[in-house]
Amino acid sequence: MEGNWIPIGPLADIPRRGARVVKSRHGDIAVFRTADDQVFALADRCPHRGGPLSQGIVHGHTVTCPLHDWRIALESGEAIAPDTGCAARFPVRVVDGTVELDLAESATACEAQ
Amino acid sequence: MDLMQPPRMRLVVVGNGMAATRLLEELLKLAPERFDITVFGAEPHPGYNRILLSPVLAGEQTPEQIVTHPVSWYAEHGIRLRMGVAVTRIDRARREVHGSDGSVERYDRLVLATGSRPFILPLPGADARGVVAFRDLADVETMLAHAQTGRPAVVIGGGLLGLEAANGLAARGMAVTVVHLAPWLMEKQLDEPAARLLEKHLAARGIAFRLGAQTAALETQAGAVRAVRLASGEQLPADLVVMAVGIRPDTRLAEAAGLAVERGVRVHDTMQTLTDPRIYAIGECVNHRGTSYGLVAPLFEQAKVCANHLAEWGIARYPGSVTATRLKVTGIDLFSAGRFLPEPGDETLLFEDAGRGVYKKLVVRDNRLVGGCLYGDTVDGAWYFDLLREGTDIGALREHLLFGRHHVGDAGTDPGARVAQLPDSAEICGCNGVCKGEIVRTIREKQLYTLDEVRAHTKASSSCGSCTGLVEALLAHTLGGEYSAQPSKKPLCPCTEASHDEVRAAIRERALKTIPDVMQALAWKTPDGCHKCRPALNYYLLAAWPGEYRDDPQSRFINERAHGNIQKDGSFSVVPRLWGGLVTPAELRAIADVAEKYRVPEMKITGGQRIDLFGIPKERLPAVWRDLAAAGFVSGHAYGKALRTVKTCVGKQWCRFGTQDSTGLGVKLEKMTWGSWMPHKFKMAVSGCPRNCAEATIKDFGVVCVESGYELHVGGNGGIKVRITDLLTRVASEEEVMEHCAAFIQLYREEAHYLERTAPWVERVGLAHIRAKVVDDADSRRALAARFYASQKHAQTDPWAERAAGNEAREFQPLAEVE
Repeated sequence: MEGNWIPIGPLADIPRRGARVVKSRHGDIAVFRTADDQVFALADRCPHRGGPLSQGIVHGHTVTCPLHDWRIALESGEAIAPDTGCAARFPVRVVDGTVELDLAESATACEAQ
Repeated sequence: MDLMQPPRMRLVVVGNGMAATRLLEELLKLAPERFDITVFGAEPHPGYNRILLSPVLAGEQTPEQIVTHPVSWYAEHGIRLRMGVAVTRIDRARREVHGSDGSVERYDRLVLATGSRPFILPLPGADARGVVAFRDLADVETMLAHAQTGRPAVVIGGGLLGLEAANGLAARGMAVTVVHLAPWLMEKQLDEPAARLLEKHLAARGIAFRLGAQTAALETQAGAVRAVRLASGEQLPADLVVMAVGIRPDTRLAEAAGLAVERGVRVHDTMQTLTDPRIYAIGECVNHRGTSYGLVAPLFEQAKVCANHLAEWGIARYPGSVTATRLKVTGIDLFSAGRFLPEPGDETLLFEDAGRGVYKKLVVRDNRLVGGCLYGDTVDGAWYFDLLREGTDIGALREHLLFGRHHVGDAGTDPGARVAQLPDSAEICGCNGVCKGEIVRTIREKQLYTLDEVRAHTKASSSCGSCTGLVEALLAHTLGGEYSAQPSKKPLCPCTEASHDEVRAAIRERALKTIPDVMQALAWKTPDGCHKCRPALNYYLLAAWPGEYRDDPQSRFINERAHGNIQKDGSFSVVPRLWGGLVTPAELRAIADVAEKYRVPEMKITGGQRIDLFGIPKERLPAVWRDLAAAGFVSGHAYGKALRTVKTCVGKQWCRFGTQDSTGLGVKLEKMTWGSWMPHKFKMAVSGCPRNCAEATIKDFGVVCVESGYELHVGGNGGIKVRITDLLTRVASEEEVMEHCAAFIQLYREEAHYLERTAPWVERVGLAHIRAKVVDDADSRRALAARFYASQKHAQTDPWAERAAGNEAREFQPLAEVE
């Protein structure tokens, strides 16, 4: 269960209440850093119209998509009601100030819609 | 040569009602010196507004308040008023009239304005004490005296006048029953469904009804009325009986003088009587082309025509009037015009919402409105009336016609915007002839805050009340935010209880300098806000502490963080600034080079006269900007809540109509204002002449050049809700344009809510407020402008050049690329 962790860069390179993009064979991945320094990774596609979530405003553990203001919970990738939909999640962690992604496991699919 | 002056002609006016007084006013305007004027008025009052009898009866106005022409007015204009003197006889051969006091007056021209008499049913007991009509102040005084006895009253007649009387008496605390012959109320103006709504409404005010009921007799005791007996046998106790079953033109004098009379004194289109060209007749006593009018607007039209001919201008004709009716009962909205009961071949458009008490019916024939009645929602009555009168083809409007004018998109936004657009000379109150300028001036001078105060001071909307909505809109427009009685407080977003204004005030007064400071001071409910409040707070702090506050990019929408417009595919568009829309071949070539080098998939000219490059990936933005900067371009801020563009027309340098250097001024304005952050996007335009090719009157700040200088327009919008600008002021020089522009922008920056365009802001705070700070008070204007210039010192750095040089690089680069 060790997984295949890939270092992608220092935590300090992601702005607090912001995100950076990691380009991968799975497509663009948005890596978020919240105000409390937690890190989340989601497919950079809003379940609504595919908007780049990495470009949204991060508040609490939520990001608001820049295209049509859908709000996505960062922990689950789920759209916040009344909207429904989900962005795929990727395992992500911070080790000694370095952010690591695990892309070996396929992205955690959303719970059945 | 005084000796050559012909002696003045003698004009005698019989009657001193509203038609007569209006005639005198019109005549004094046209030919103040032509006549020696004598007016006979049978009532012991100077001129008063008869249609205000209802409010007097209801206790909403006093008899003194409804006097339109005090005795002094007649004296000032050299008019002899024979008050309380009736005319008993006209001697046409001698051209004399005889007064009830035995006096004799000679005339060269005679005007009959004898009005009408209430029709009194020839019932047993109709001459008893306590039986009155509803016609003049004496009737009202009688009714009011009875109201104090607390004994019941009966109104015979459920038409306009009868219902107004009943409502007034009920308002005075009397138990009132209305007896009406027809099966429903106001059958001459309303169809049955509308009348039932009205009946329900009035019943809720305590008025009882007997419909389809005929009065058989009035029971009397010792010469005073005691009860009304109906044909059904029912007895209604009553110490007061108001007869309101109709009026008849008062033609007694005319008939006795041998003038042609047929249900009214017959007149030509010049208002001259058919029989005697020296004698004119106007008002309710007239039969013009078979019609007698009982409403005030036609009488005023007749008075105007008559005055024109008396003054020997000879160019006016009275073609007849189409009339509309409104009930003058406070709180009841009712409108009726034309043919409201369809005839064969007519079509009916119907809207009914019994729950809200709204009913609208329009009768259409051949795509023309021919009549209709409205109940409960009469806002669009005037509009329908215009369509009807002008015979407008409503084919294109038909689908939305019932939903009103604002729905058709024909008049911009709302009543507020409509009144703002009216010129000062626009007549708001047709009954009392009060124009917009007078109302606005009075509101300001007397510091009025309520509708009642405006009514008391200007009389506007105090008669038939049909313009009440317009007057309220004028109040709101003039007072702005101060108008609404209880301003509803709306939190900025769900993270807080504080409103936009409270947040701005706290930032200013408590010297809050960061977003966390504001959130803590105002007890934000979330740790770091949301996508709504953070950009607002960032802007408010930036506007409050220019040069001091450090912008928080993470609290900006992506467009302002990446300095481009995000598109649906996540790419960005780039709009270089073209000052005033001017461009050189070299600049065009440079843009073309950039477009080819970066394989820009699409380019287009924007509505603001700029060039838009579409489909640029975010990573490429700094490189694109670097190349554009090398050719001298800076950011066009097409993505920001900021100064967007200054659109210009070609101006006097080339245009044969141009009056000023519109392009040059546009460039100056853009150089002064570019880079400034605003509550929302801000667009400007400069047109070189009133043809207004730059469309300056739908911009946030628009300049229209004229020969004598510059008209400054504000608060326009060409977006979702089209709003035409309000004229802020006129100035003579470019320097003044610049200063007013800077001051207006700064006031908007300091006072508007985040994401509030100037159009709703102007409507919210009122143009008067903006004029006071930007136009009327030069010190205030200079101070505002100075604050704007100071803020611009920190704002006018090109964000593109900074980022092309490597600033904020991580914003544009991926964090990593992995397998």
